[in-house]
Amino acid sequence: MSHFDEAGAAVQAALDAGARYADARVMVCRTESMTARNGAVEDLGSDESAGLGVRALVGSSWGFYAVPDLSEPAARAAGRRAAQIAAASAQVAGPPVELTRSEPVTASWASDCVVDPLSVPLSDKGDLLVRATTAAKEAGADLAQAGYAIWDTRKWFVSSEGHRIDQHVRECGGGVTANAIGEGEVQRRSLPGQYGTRGWELVEELDLVGNAPRLAEEARELLTAPLCPAGETTLILGGSQLALQIHESVGHAIELDRILGWEAAFAGTSWLDLSRLGRLRYGSELMNITIDPTFPGALGSFGYDDEGTPATKRHAVRDGVWVGVLAGRDSAAVAGLDYAGSVRSDGWSRLPMVRMTNVGLEPGPHTLDEIIAATDDGVFMETNRSWSIDDRRLNFQFGCEIGYEIKNGRRGRMLRNPTYTGIGPKFWQSMDMLSSETIAWGTPNCGKGQPGQVGHTGHPAAPARFTNVRVGVRG
Amino acid sequence: MSAELQLAAKVVELVRELAGRSAEAEVNVRHHALALTRFANSAIHQNVAEATTGVRLRLHLDGRTATGSTTLTGADGLRSLVGRTIAAARVTPPDPGWAGLTRPAALHVSAGHPGSGEHSGLAFGFDEATARATPAERAERVRAFVAAAGGLETAGFCRTEYVSAAFANTAGQAVDGRTAEAAMDGIARHDGADGVARLAASRLADLDGAVLGARAAAKARAAAGPIELPPGQYEVVLEPTAVADLLQNFSVFGFNGKSWTQKQSFAELGAEQFDPSVTIVDDPLGSRGEPAPGLPFDDEGTPARSLVLVREGVTRAVAHDRTSAAEAGAESTGHASPASRSWGPFPGHPRLEAGPPPAGGAVDGPPAIAESARPFVARMRRGLLVTDLWYTRVLDPKTLVVTGLTRNGVWLVEDGEVTRAVGNLRFTQSYPRALGPGRVIGIGAESVLLPDSWGGSRYAAPALHLASWNITGNASG
Repeated sequence: MSHFDEAGAAVQAALDAGARYADARVMVCRTESMTARNGAVEDLGSDESAGLGVRALVGSSWGFYAVPDLSEPAARAAGRRAAQIAAASAQVAGPPVELTRSEPVTASWASDCVVDPLSVPLSDKGDLLVRATTAAKEAGADLAQAGYAIWDTRKWFVSSEGHRIDQHVRECGGGVTANAIGEGEVQRRSLPGQYGTRGWELVEELDLVGNAPRLAEEARELLTAPLCPAGETTLILGGSQLALQIHESVGHAIELDRILGWEAAFAGTSWLDLSRLGRLRYGSELMNITIDPTFPGALGSFGYDDEGTPATKRHAVRDGVWVGVLAGRDSAAVAGLDYAGSVRSDGWSRLPMVRMTNVGLEPGPHTLDEIIAATDDGVFMETNRSWSIDDRRLNFQFGCEIGYEIKNGRRGRMLRNPTYTGIGPKFWQSMDMLSSETIAWGTPNCGKGQPGQVGHTGHPAAPARFTNVRVGVRG
Repeated sequence: MSAELQLAAKVVELVRELAGRSAEAEVNVRHHALALTRFANSAIHQNVAEATTGVRLRLHLDGRTATGSTTLTGADGLRSLVGRTIAAARVTPPDPGWAGLTRPAALHVSAGHPGSGEHSGLAFGFDEATARATPAERAERVRAFVAAAGGLETAGFCRTEYVSAAFANTAGQAVDGRTAEAAMDGIARHDGADGVARLAASRLADLDGAVLGARAAAKARAAAGPIELPPGQYEVVLEPTAVADLLQNFSVFGFNGKSWTQKQSFAELGAEQFDPSVTIVDDPLGSRGEPAPGLPFDDEGTPARSLVLVREGVTRAVAHDRTSAAEAGAESTGHASPASRSWGPFPGHPRLEAGPPPAGGAVDGPPAIAESARPFVARMRRGLLVTDLWYTRVLDPKTLVVTGLTRNGVWLVEDGEVTRAVGNLRFTQSYPRALGPGRVIGIGAESVLLPDSWGGSRYAAPALHLASWNITGNASG
């Protein structure tokens, strides 16, 4: 069933009400999630949401309105309302708004999916979570939790420039966590939550049940492990932690709306200055970061973004030099750039905005074993536990679940409460070894925007080594 | 009977028809009208509105539980919701933690003022004008904010929100209510420094964009030319905007009934964990002249009420929904939410009780300093005045060690005077320890209502003067 007609009606109504550009998205979204705790299912939810969001540009001002009604009269009313809101924006108008050129496209796209995750019986999914948490509990976890989430999104996009695009994106993922509760603190080990634009095969590959006992044993061992020492040292990060490092200290920093000040009051700005695009050294020559929504199966993959721009791979950092941004059609025009393609909304009721797609590191020449073998004295950290970064995306502090001493090229004692801190470009310039063992990690909880939106982003990453990093920060 | 309650009753009947009378069902219907006018570079750049009605059904059938929701509220949509939730409940593994349904119980609200606090006795509460606010009214406040900043670059938002909700279950509980909120949050920017002004209200009419814009601009001007300070322990005065972050983290991680039953919270009931000057109350219905910020019932139909979390330094309670209450051998405190079974129930409207007025009356000071913080600044020998905290994340939930950064204005105070602006600082600090016995030097005399960035919560926070705060980094690293 197509919803192009309703989207088209909204666009036409906005134009009739004075808009010089309008676009509309009809979205039908189904989500399903389940959690289990200590061998019992705790929560099972199945949600369905359908509606239309329309965006209107009147003069130099935008307006957006959304309704949970897929009838054509409701769509037309929404289009008129969006134009009215845009007219109100003109009370405090900014400079003229232009949009970069986008060829009108009529297209259809769907993500690859071997096993439709919504078709897997709930009883099978529940059994999986029950078995995983039971296995963790039996192996010594005080608290064992597991869960999965599924998103099935269909959308129909129409613009006043002639775009007509429908897409069907299926995403899923899951994880398991073991907690050990001590006298004064809680230790946690988890299989890094892995999510992608794939089917249930992704969850099966995670082997939640097989990994659960190891996680429980590690969590318990952490309670009595020595604290991560404080000081400057060589730091080796596992791939999932490096994925979050990329997300926070590169992905958000290269969002053009932040660079232009559009997020200044909330998410923040960026330390990057457009006048230095193409010249600024962001990191070492090993650092090659791409923006790649075409990456098969990664969580930030799509065929077209929410402005109708086709998915295209491009570099954000090449050989350590900053060369690209995440952009939308209006922000790119302000910056004098000729590309967009990174605008998305988290549902029909939210305004599309600049978001990460798949922002990741190109593989390096080493392996993790080679990196450890080449390190005389350092710390290895894996699996994120806490993350914090300033509003310009410079000063970061991350905590990991587990650390290991590295001495004379070997992995040594387990270390508890490992943390590290630094300044983005200084940190990235210290990267001197990078593994080729890339995994496309997924982040399903990226918050941005007001009203808040939760984005799904992908981050291909592999283990890497950094020098002279401050570790062991604690309160 | 509201349209939402009629809809909820219809779903309850559908459950009885399709699942039989033995099924236990809870139905929440929520109509949510949200409008937000956002500005940056001193112009409105995003201006959005939505009006959505959603239905959420939780069903317990033959010992198994499933939840479903939909925005499709026509006959077909509702029947589909009930049908697939029944189907899910029949095949999911058993749910030994099911705590049963809320029995019929009256709401704690003032007659004639749904949504207002029962103890307020004041004729405020739900404000129709806020519920019906127009884009032009929000834009007018933005224009006033921008103008009052005197040419400084500005950014922020003006938000109005209206919720009309109902709850019904198969045990006979059927309640409804509505609430409205307005909020404004903006910064002014000067020479690389930002200043902020932020306020929540139950009436849009109570938000004065010009007052807020002038305050943000004064802070931004005073924050220019910052110096860098080394890490270490600093005496601090936290303005209300920063204190709201403490209340949020205490609530989500400490006073969370599920975290508490799982022994992951610092909270120990009956223990003197805070300074005797500290009293924290969750106030979904408002009190002490504050309009009601929340609905008068939770997502399980339990009537909302005030909950004393900390009284005079002694931890008294944590928030419960029916599940965590059953596990703890307690009663629900009315804090169920759609996510509380997974993430735990937590207070959404915490208020730190304001302290006594300063001896000798109000203390003068520059407009960059919040009024309730001025007496503390005047008596601080050497320390920091902090406007706002940002990107705070928990390193360990049990000790509630949090790392984060300062934002929107930090100053060095020496001998009772603000002497220099300071660049943003990173801290790593146990929040309960910072407010522990003997560590609170003073609590401001005015609680300021502050919005949550994501909506749904509100904080009433005075300024705080603390003996020590652990600064662990600065702009250099």
